[in-house]
Amino acid sequence: MFHFGGASCNNCDIEILACLTPRFDVERFGMQLVGTIRHADVLLVNGSINQKDKVRLLELYEQAPKPILVVAIGACGCTGGIFAEGNTFAGPVDKIIPVDAYIPGCPPKPEAIIAGIVKLLHK
Amino acid sequence: MSKIIPIGPYHPLQEEPELFKLYCEGEIVKDIKWETGYNHRGIEKLSESKTFDQVFFLVERVCGICSTSHPFAFANCMEEIADIEITNRTKYIRSIIGELERIHSHLLWLGLAGHFLGYNTVFMWVWKYREPVLDLFEMITGNRNSYAMFKIGGVRRDIPNDKIPAIQEVLDGLKKKLDLLTGAVMDDPVIHARTKGVGVLTREDIIDYAAVGPTARASGVDIDVRRDDPYAAYPLVNWKVITAKEGDVFAKVEVRLLEMYESVSIIEQCLEGLKNEKEGDIEVPIDEIPAGMGTGRAEAPRGEVFHFVRTDGSNFPVRHKIRAPSYVNIATFRKSCIGQTISDATISLAAVDPCYCCTERMAYAYDAVTGKKLLNGSELVKLSQDRTDEIRKKSN
Ligand code: SF4
Repeated sequence: MFHFGGASCNNCDIEILACLTPRFDVERFGMQLVGTIRHADVLLVNGSINQKDKVRLLELYEQAPKPILVVAIGACGCTGGIFAEGNTFAGPVDKIIPVDAYIPGCPPKPEAIIAGIVKLLHK
Repeated sequence: MSKIIPIGPYHPLQEEPELFKLYCEGEIVKDIKWETGYNHRGIEKLSESKTFDQVFFLVERVCGICSTSHPFAFANCMEEIADIEITNRTKYIRSIIGELERIHSHLLWLGLAGHFLGYNTVFMWVWKYREPVLDLFEMITGNRNSYAMFKIGGVRRDIPNDKIPAIQEVLDGLKKKLDLLTGAVMDDPVIHARTKGVGVLTREDIIDYAAVGPTARASGVDIDVRRDDPYAAYPLVNWKVITAKEGDVFAKVEVRLLEMYESVSIIEQCLEGLKNEKEGDIEVPIDEIPAGMGTGRAEAPRGEVFHFVRTDGSNFPVRHKIRAPSYVNIATFRKSCIGQTISDATISLAAVDPCYCCTERMAYAYDAVTGKKLLNGSELVKLSQDRTDEIRKKSN
């Protein structure tokens, strides 16, 4: 999994990190955060996407080995959430790249994130 | 000829996007530049389109880690404008939430610092012990991270007295874990070797850069908004401001660890205080917010949060200005990192506990090829004016 944090409030990012730590421990499902998109099978995107992020997100998607699963995390990732009316907002994730799963919540609980990704793995 | 080492913007563990450029000669960092803006959301502007009640939810999302400090400062600010005196029960509840947040934030930082040192055991253990604190939050507020507890003149939910023993139990467990962590960190020769004398900020540096919070306190600058400009229940309880002299990374670890003990003690005293107050007495009625200006301050885990609001008697803020602590703390990188080796630079960067979400302001744009600055302040103003003209023409 590769984690792309857009213009977020950080909570979703923290909850993604929390998934790695002992209480939730996603490694038991064989998931691991990786340092570069070229090693990833899943792209986690959270936060609203601003003008500056949009270019980078597109570039990352371009570089990703296909097929890649994209997961939009949090209200921001799914719709833009509270920041959707912001002056720098460049569209929710699915207007920029195709999204395979949405995990709503502000922030979604780690359990929800894990459930979402595991469901995706079964697909 | 110096080489540029980029860190970020999407670093797998630093949870927020930001880009550091270390200009290195050999192993030594000669200069550092950083670039933010990946996280800019235009919150101050958004705030002007929200009613006062809604602004709380917005400022909570300035930063997820200190998602109480911003509502705290905003509440202080609005209560100054409307001249409201809140009830004692509200004060206690606010302080409890604020201090719980400090504990969770410091633990989070300690874990990340461990990771940056290459000490992942610390990361995993600390984050494990952080979970009970989040459980407490879930019990009190219903959410692990964004609590939605504050409103003008009060809090949204009470802490019923019959929950107090359960909270106390978690705190007791937490104290044991803090002892364990303090022992493990303070006695570990590897951590000593990696953090002592690294990233030193002297007292003068702190004053020059106007740094705040634990960053300042670790260099012997004794400032804390909770004591200097008392708010909520802090004047009602006994506690002390923790400082250290050395100013290195180790001192920052020490200050944060000891602060957590203080926080636990503050929470315990607040819980005692709650028992003497009437249950449910958690808000004062407010008719309207008069026109005026107000400032509010609060001590976030990272330092002073400052809010300024101007109102005009309507339901919306006319201007809302936010200054977050990392905004000033990040500038100290130039002092703490230059001259260090690359491996020490990363922990020095992490040591101020930077939080980019809070910090995002308009960033300069650089041309990647020529390195020329594309926009400066006046050009931006001009851009904005041109845009207004354009819209005006269209609407005519
Ligand atoms: S969805 Fe909520 S918690 Fe997640 S980044 Fe957005 S505002 Fe923050």
